[in-house]
Amino acid sequence: MPMSEFPNLIPAMPEIFLSITIMVLLMVGVFQNSDTVETSVRVNRQILSLSVIALIVTGFLVLSVSGPTITTFNDLFILDPFATFSKILVLIGAALTLYISRSYLELHQMARFEFGVLALCATLGMMMMISANDLMSLYVGLEIQSLSLYVIAAFRRDDLRSTEAGLKYFVLGALASGMLLYGSSLVYGFAGSTSFAVLADTFAQSDGAPAVGVIIGIVFILAGLAFKVSAVPFHMWTPDVYEGAPTPVTAFFAVAPKVAAIALFMRVMVGPFGELDDQWQQIVWLVAIASMVLGSLAAINQTNIKRMMAYSSIGHIGFALIGLCIGNQAGIQSVLVYMGIYVFMTVGTFACILCMRRGDRMVEDISELAGLSKSRPLLALALTIFMFSMAGIPPLAGFFGKLYIFLAAIDAELYGLAIIGVLSSVVGSFYYLRIVKVVYFDEPGDAFDQPIPKSIVTVLVGTTVLVVFFIFYPAPLLDSAAAAAASLIGG
Amino acid sequence: MVASLAFYLFAIITVAASVMVITARNPVHSVLFLILAFFNSAGLFILLGAEFLAMTLIIVYVGAVAVLFMFVVMMLDVNFVELRQGFLDYLPIGGTVAFILLAELAMVLGGWIISPQAASSGAAPIPADLTNTHAIGRILYTDYLYLFQGAGMILLIAMVGAIVLTHRRRKGVRKQVIADQIARRPEDTIKMVKVESGKGI
Repeated sequence: MPMSEFPNLIPAMPEIFLSITIMVLLMVGVFQNSDTVETSVRVNRQILSLSVIALIVTGFLVLSVSGPTITTFNDLFILDPFATFSKILVLIGAALTLYISRSYLELHQMARFEFGVLALCATLGMMMMISANDLMSLYVGLEIQSLSLYVIAAFRRDDLRSTEAGLKYFVLGALASGMLLYGSSLVYGFAGSTSFAVLADTFAQSDGAPAVGVIIGIVFILAGLAFKVSAVPFHMWTPDVYEGAPTPVTAFFAVAPKVAAIALFMRVMVGPFGELDDQWQQIVWLVAIASMVLGSLAAINQTNIKRMMAYSSIGHIGFALIGLCIGNQAGIQSVLVYMGIYVFMTVGTFACILCMRRGDRMVEDISELAGLSKSRPLLALALTIFMFSMAGIPPLAGFFGKLYIFLAAIDAELYGLAIIGVLSSVVGSFYYLRIVKVVYFDEPGDAFDQPIPKSIVTVLVGTTVLVVFFIFYPAPLLDSAAAAAASLIGG
Repeated sequence: MVASLAFYLFAIITVAASVMVITARNPVHSVLFLILAFFNSAGLFILLGAEFLAMTLIIVYVGAVAVLFMFVVMMLDVNFVELRQGFLDYLPIGGTVAFILLAELAMVLGGWIISPQAASSGAAPIPADLTNTHAIGRILYTDYLYLFQGAGMILLIAMVGAIVLTHRRRKGVRKQVIADQIARRPEDTIKMVKVESGKGI
């Protein structure tokens, strides 16, 4: 029997580099003396900076191997412009959130080097999800990501809320994984393959309605994926986990895994099940509307800013799903642009939240922001810009994200979705603008701790500039998103 | 002839051991009977030509799961007599549920026809001329190399995660330092004393 060919490793270079780095960093961390608080802080600092550097190097590797669509590892792994775009976005989000997390970790006795390593593991899982070209590699990537996220949600293991968040996320996440696997097994059983390419061919060639088993399988896969992107009605874990997890972890959760899961969602729905869009489109339609409406209504009552951000992220996912529901190239492109802008807005907002510290203790109530404009005018300005952008007020970047989505929806004659989207966006502006009101017009309370760590200032300035000046130079994001969308739809 | 004799031997012991698992008074005996049942099921798998499953059953279930049970049974003080109380009260409803499930299983399995193409149309059809351990190894390390490595990463993360969430640094823990142990000379630690009888040191 001939030995099978050795797989082409070049397309997976970034993933291979990242996994080797993970193991090296693990060794570097383990074999250093971290008996006292000072030494463990030092080791943590070193590993965190190395992790950020590793993410940047991985980003360059992703760019260097980018090119036309290519599959490897017996068609389990795909590299196309869509994967490159999403991976770069994930890496940027992960690197920025890791970069701003150091001071928090040191203040809250969380300075253990495993934090950086686990964040890298999660990122590796996300990259594998994005490049999945088979139901099995999808599951393996998803599990690597989720397992690392469960652990870092409970990273403050002496804190009741953090452990609760980790446990909740773990139990519900395991349930979602189970549903996804069950759906995959049904699809495999009824369609005879797990490979995305073969599945797409099978459905394209078969005429008439697909087997009932396939449809049930797709519904289960949809449910599992909707859980991972935290879309209504699978959103219940989000507010609790966002509130309970340590703030840098929440920032990480809100950015990188969202992008990866949405990318995976698009690849699965448009790729293997693209021919069956009649079957899944109505489900995505309903999920999108429910997420937008719930995201904007439920956030109104929140007093905790992290909880509010959780509902805000549910709403954003609803808007992104409109683009998937459209399902054509313009739709996919608008989702990618939306997620690109979302990453920077969210990282910026969480950088502001990380500044909400008083007497070495984090405060999370929205009312604590009162009078921020008097004590920290620049921070207040940055927070205002992010809130306006999230609400979708021109000329900030968030407006354009929504604009492209709604334009694509109108073009595809999905008027209902577009109208409900605009309406819930208007309702949603209420709670974003309430923060601006608290910041500028409420009686000032005590000032927050000085000084803001340098890393947070850097990220704040960078993201603010990007959000404000996106209008002048949107071409790079738009063009690369267009190329990515074309590769997903065409290939 | 020998094969069917072996089958009946393994099957009877499996069933008998399973019955003993739930009826034995001593929980440690239950676990031991469970291990016996696993070994005999492994024998059944070998008769079916599935030697890989037989090996996995022994390694995973006997080597890990049953030992874990043994730990639980011996370390936790579970009062099994108390657990058994009320067993008869629940027998009617429990028996009904069990009977319904059995009837449903019989109906499902009775109407089950395995499609003749199923074996050949799988993602990785079973090769005819290889043992199944050989066949699994051949695709696991070639076609599914990517998934194999991914699963390895999952296990690594699970291990790191378990350590992160549970390992605590305690004060006053004495760790084994092998280098120190090897470097120790008898002269450093042992003092030879000649004791005169009746005097003491």
